[in-house]
Parts: sequence; structure tokens; C-alpha cells
Amino acid sequence: MKRPDGRNVDELRKIEAKAGIIKRADGSASFKIGNTIAYAAVYGPRNLYPRFLQNPEKGILRCNYNMMPFSGSGERIRPGSSRRSKEISLVTEKALLPVINLGEFPNSVIDIFIEFPQTDAGSRCAGICAASIALAEAGVPMKELVAAVAVGIVNGEVVVDLSKEEEDMDGAVDIPIAITTKSNNISLLQMDGMIKQEDIKKAIELGKKASQKIFELQKKAIKDKYNV
Amino acid sequence: MSLLKKDKEIAVPGEVLTKGEEYSAGQGTYKDKDEIVASRLGLFDVRGKIISILPLSGKYVPLRGDVIIGEVVDISFSGWRVETNSAYSAMLGVKDATSEFISKGADLTEFYNLGDHIATKIINVTSQKLIDLTMKGPGLRKLIGGRIISVNPYKVPRIIGKMGSMVNLIKDHTKCIITVGQNGLIWINGEPKNELIAVNTIRKIEREAHTSGLTDKIKEYLEKSYKNEKA
Repeated sequence: MKRPDGRNVDELRKIEAKAGIIKRADGSASFKIGNTIAYAAVYGPRNLYPRFLQNPEKGILRCNYNMMPFSGSGERIRPGSSRRSKEISLVTEKALLPVINLGEFPNSVIDIFIEFPQTDAGSRCAGICAASIALAEAGVPMKELVAAVAVGIVNGEVVVDLSKEEEDMDGAVDIPIAITTKSNNISLLQMDGMIKQEDIKKAIELGKKASQKIFELQKKAIKDKYNV
Repeated sequence: MSLLKKDKEIAVPGEVLTKGEEYSAGQGTYKDKDEIVASRLGLFDVRGKIISILPLSGKYVPLRGDVIIGEVVDISFSGWRVETNSAYSAMLGVKDATSEFISKGADLTEFYNLGDHIATKIINVTSQKLIDLTMKGPGLRKLIGGRIISVNPYKVPRIIGKMGSMVNLIKDHTKCIITVGQNGLIWINGEPKNELIAVNTIRKIEREAHTSGLTDKIKEYLEKSYKNEKA
């Protein structure tokens, strides 16, 4: 089967990753996958106020996912947080939390801001990939990086990295999945649609393979910044 | 098994550095079964049988004994609260503030006011990152005039050099008074145009911190800066 944009079932869209793009942030990165562009900026560890949020045992992580008003496909997106962006901020935080060692920073916070000037599909995955590069660049102690990619079913076949066109097809299934790059654990798994048991196993395997490719690009992005 | 990376090569979190039981895990690494893995971004380093990662970036982490430059942000009954350019603020108590006698109920702003910058020393850091400071020690004082620039705290050892060789080189050439804080803040005081040359030199060191033979390069750079000025 050929996909609408002519890719193979296990082929990712074109990826460009860069580290250190925002000067005033402690760490930053951009991650482009197809027509989706994510910018992530990390600030901290820094002072945490209001005080009641402080945890004397370990620091906290705060994520903010934001699509810019002009970033969608045609219609203007209302600025500010929405039900959707709050949910994605939360799952991004949960996807990154297992790899970060916050025990070294009691009572403090690490802030991650993820902005999208342009979105096609798979924005939460692009956001997690960008945030993971930015965290590493900010010098935050972390066990490993996190790579995320969407897998799913288009026209009855298991595919990786769905585009917006494929996502909107009849009977399409969209499964964003985040993988920790060394231990190969899953830190995010969501699903939209209906899928058979054997298909989801196949999809996750495909996602794990694709995430290794993304990890190589993430590594390259960080190393490029320091090797100029 | 042998090492999987060369000396001073960049390692990314999650990269396996070595397998087997031959080496032990140092700073910036962790052990996963028989592998040693990088736990932060930095340069690969082997000293004897210990593998560690020398960090390249990150916020300053307060350590006991460090001389830092801080800004007074609050005044309470018992002392001053000082911002340290890290995630935590520090406390400078009245009894550590000066060798003078401070009587009960004295106006503390007479010693250090809000917004003042001080060169100060960390005497204690607790597990909860409560930091105590002292002003008793050589070179610890209020900083008046001059300018403060901020650099990557992990480049500070390079800016100071071996036994202060690098910073003394800049001092000799620019005739500026320079205080380097371990927290990445540097105070420079002198003639405005000399201050500027000192700032540019420090920026150059920060950019080229990973190269070798830096002291000679900086010496050349300083001599060139002054030659251009005369011409």
C-alpha cells in the first residue's frame, strides 16, 4: 500500500532537530517533523512560588503546551490555555518525569514551555522530543532522553508517524507513544479510535523502532551545538 | 570491555559509556546492570578507573566554601537574604556580616542595602538547600561601582585558570579589579574602556573554554586589543 504522501509504512516524515536556539533560556530546542514545528525552552531549576507548591523532597516539573493562534490548519486558534492544551501539558509532564532526577533540586521548579508556530499532526510527540533535547541542553540530570512518535492504523494497515490527512481518514487510529531511549520503556500511550489486540502490539513495536531513529537525531542535534 | 568513547568526547544522557565491571561510575553517570551510562550532558572523562561526565551547561549548584557574588534582595531582623544566581537564595546572618559591632535594633541598611552586590562565601548548604553566607575572609566585601557580567558557571574554572593564572593575566593587562564568583557572576571595575576589553576577553574564554593552549591565545588577544587602541 502507498500512503497519501508516498511514504512507506515505517517511514517517518522529514525531521530537523536543533539545540540551543533561544538565547535567554537555560536550554532550548526546535524539532520539526513534516509540517509540525515545535520550539521548547527550559528555565531552571529556579525558585518556586507560590510557596505551597514547593516540595521539600524533590523539585517539580511544569510543562506548558501552546499552539500559536495562526498554527492550525486554517482556523484561528483562540490564544491561551484550553481543555486540550491543559491535557497535553499534563501528559507531556508525565512523559518526561520518569527520566529526570529532580531529587537534587528540592523546593524548586523546572519550567518547560513548548510553542507551536505550525502544526500538522503529532504535535504532542514533537513537543516531547523538543522538550527532551532542551532539558539535556539545560544540564538537567536525566537518566536518558525521551523520543515520541505517533503510530496507528490507516486503511487497515499499521503505520508510523501519521500526517493530518491520514489522521482524518475513516477508521484511522492514532496512538501517540513516548519511549525512553535506553531502557525502552513507554512513558506516554494514548489512543484515538478502535484497534485489534494484535495490531496494537505491532504498532508499539513499530513505534519503538521509530523512536530509536528519532533518538539518533536528538543526539546529533545536541552534539552539533557543541562541535562547531 | 573497553571504553566506548574517546577522552573529552561529548556524551548525551542515556548513552552507554562502558560495559563490564572494569570501571566504576563517577559524577554525572549511573550504573545500569553492567553498563555505565551518562546521566547528564557533558564531556567524557576517565581518571584511573573512575568514569565521569564533566558538565557543559546548567545552573549553578551551591557548594560549601565557594566564593560567590550575590545581590541583596531582602532585609530581615536577623540578616540579609541574598540572591545567588542558582535556584536558591542564601541567608547572611548579622553575626557573619561584618567585624564591626552591630547593636540591637540597628539599621541594617547601613551595612548592606537592597540591590547591593556583595562578594561572599558559602559556609554551609543543608540538604534542603538552605544556604548560609559569611563576609569574614580575604576579599569578601560589598562591591561598589564597576559592572557585573554573567557567564556559564561551568566555565568559571577556566576563567580563573591554574592558580588564578588566567584572571591575573586579564588583571595585569587591563588594570581592572576583577572578582570571579563561582556562581558565574564576575565583577569588573576599572577604566570604562579597559572594562570593555576585560568583558570581551572573558566572553572569548567562555566561547573557547574547551580548546587547549588558551592562556597563550588570550595573552595574544589582549596584546592585540591594546595595540589596536593605540593605532
